[in-house]
Amino acid sequence: MGRSSKAYIAGAFEHPTRKAVDKTIAQLHAEVAFGALQDAGLSKDDVDGYFCDGDVPGLGGLSMAEYMGLNLKYIDSTETGGSSYVVHVGHAVDAIAAGKCNVALITLAGRPKAEGVVSLAARDGDGGKLPERGFEIPYAPVITNMYGMAAMRHMYEYGTTSEQLAWIKVAASHHAQHNERAVLRDVVTVEDVVNSPVISDPLHRLDCCVISDGGGALIVVSPEIAKTLGDRCVKVLGSGSAIGHLNSGKFDLTHTAAVVSGPIAFEEAGVTPADIDYASIYDSFTITVLETIEDLGFCAKGEGGKFVSDGNLISGVGKLPFNTDGGGLCNNHPSNRGGITKVVEAVRQLRGEAHPAVQIPDCTIALAHGTGGQISARHGSATVILGRNDA
Amino acid sequence: MSNPERTYVDPSINMETEAYWNGTKEGKLLLKKCCSCGETHFYPRAICPYCFSSETEWYEASGKGKIYSYSIMRRAQIPYVMAYVTLDEGITMMTNIVESDFDSVAVDKAVEVTFRKTEGDHSLPVFRLV
Ligand SMILES: [Zn+2]
Repeated sequence: MGRSSKAYIAGAFEHPTRKAVDKTIAQLHAEVAFGALQDAGLSKDDVDGYFCDGDVPGLGGLSMAEYMGLNLKYIDSTETGGSSYVVHVGHAVDAIAAGKCNVALITLAGRPKAEGVVSLAARDGDGGKLPERGFEIPYAPVITNMYGMAAMRHMYEYGTTSEQLAWIKVAASHHAQHNERAVLRDVVTVEDVVNSPVISDPLHRLDCCVISDGGGALIVVSPEIAKTLGDRCVKVLGSGSAIGHLNSGKFDLTHTAAVVSGPIAFEEAGVTPADIDYASIYDSFTITVLETIEDLGFCAKGEGGKFVSDGNLISGVGKLPFNTDGGGLCNNHPSNRGGITKVVEAVRQLRGEAHPAVQIPDCTIALAHGTGGQISARHGSATVILGRNDA
Repeated sequence: MSNPERTYVDPSINMETEAYWNGTKEGKLLLKKCCSCGETHFYPRAICPYCFSSETEWYEASGKGKIYSYSIMRRAQIPYVMAYVTLDEGITMMTNIVESDFDSVAVDKAVEVTFRKTEGDHSLPVFRLV
């Protein structure tokens, strides 16, 4: 029994592909939905709520629902980039608690590897309507230099070093060596990271996440249904989401909106950072992890560099084992949006189904955090705190 | 010493921002200030994002500021310096640092505005080290 939970994650699935040349995006959505339903022990006809991002083919979730043959009572296509799916978990819990649906399906899929990377400027088709466009696009912002500016400011204010950031990649690589699906499986050292080519100061190639195809899906169910599905169901103890932006020209690149989403989730769950046995932290870049760890209160602001050093994020070695699947930095960053795989690995840890080499013994409380968009401009942050079935 | 520079794509211009881009063609960096609460905001809008007043007015910025942060895009075909610059007027804007040796660029260094022609003959405010 233990802690109360308004809803449970009953199914979690990560698509095995990392390059989907022979599949459409719609097909990938259906494949991950099928995988998560199978994992939960449910069928498609049980689904009465559907959650997806704004990047799916079609208007919100309409086309995907039709493609998958879903008959729904509830639909939500909240779009906050790579954090969307973590937001969706919270929204699904709320919808279930309000009695609006009982079995919620969340899907993410995409194939940037097969299709080639599209620049921000090229993606921005109806840019004329985007109010900030004229004040940004001519300067050629891309994801790497935008995150580079956040890292540069953090270094300036707190003395954070490239070597400290490198430890985040090192930890991810230690975990990825055990994941046969991971894009990058070689264990790397701090020297390997800082000696890899600089992409955009101060970020090196190995500070960046992988580009991969695929996706993932989650099934969130009511406590009544969870009871019928057995103890692989994982409790959702708390959730919070928030956004950050440039605030009319007065902003601070060393913080993310996790400073808002984290406390909301911790308070609802009734736990503190010290209670977290495992953390999935969104890792588009090493700096994303460092700022998030500070913002969530695992250490004080500015102490992140020290905190992540010396293997503190490595399972079996450090105090805060993170991203034991290898994360976006080494394993998978499907559709350039890694939020769903963060929740999937947290569920594996709480079920005791992570790879034995990285499984945290007696993992009871886990956190999953998503960051979408760009931390140095407009972004979404979302935190969920999950508990083992008996937590 | 200066580095070769990339070409600049056009800004998108609308009725809220036309005055800004007319200003840059005359070598002026214009900002918007609220007549009701007095705050300067960026990017310029018809409605003040601090108090929602529709009474906002243009004024010319000093063009002086400091680098808040930057990142040198070394993997681009023509490398360039992406930056946020905090103007003396208190707002921070996205820009590029030009005419400056990459190794001299640093957070907190003083900069001043200058302008670059875009592909469609508009004028884009950029900054150089003082
Ligand atoms: Zn005002």
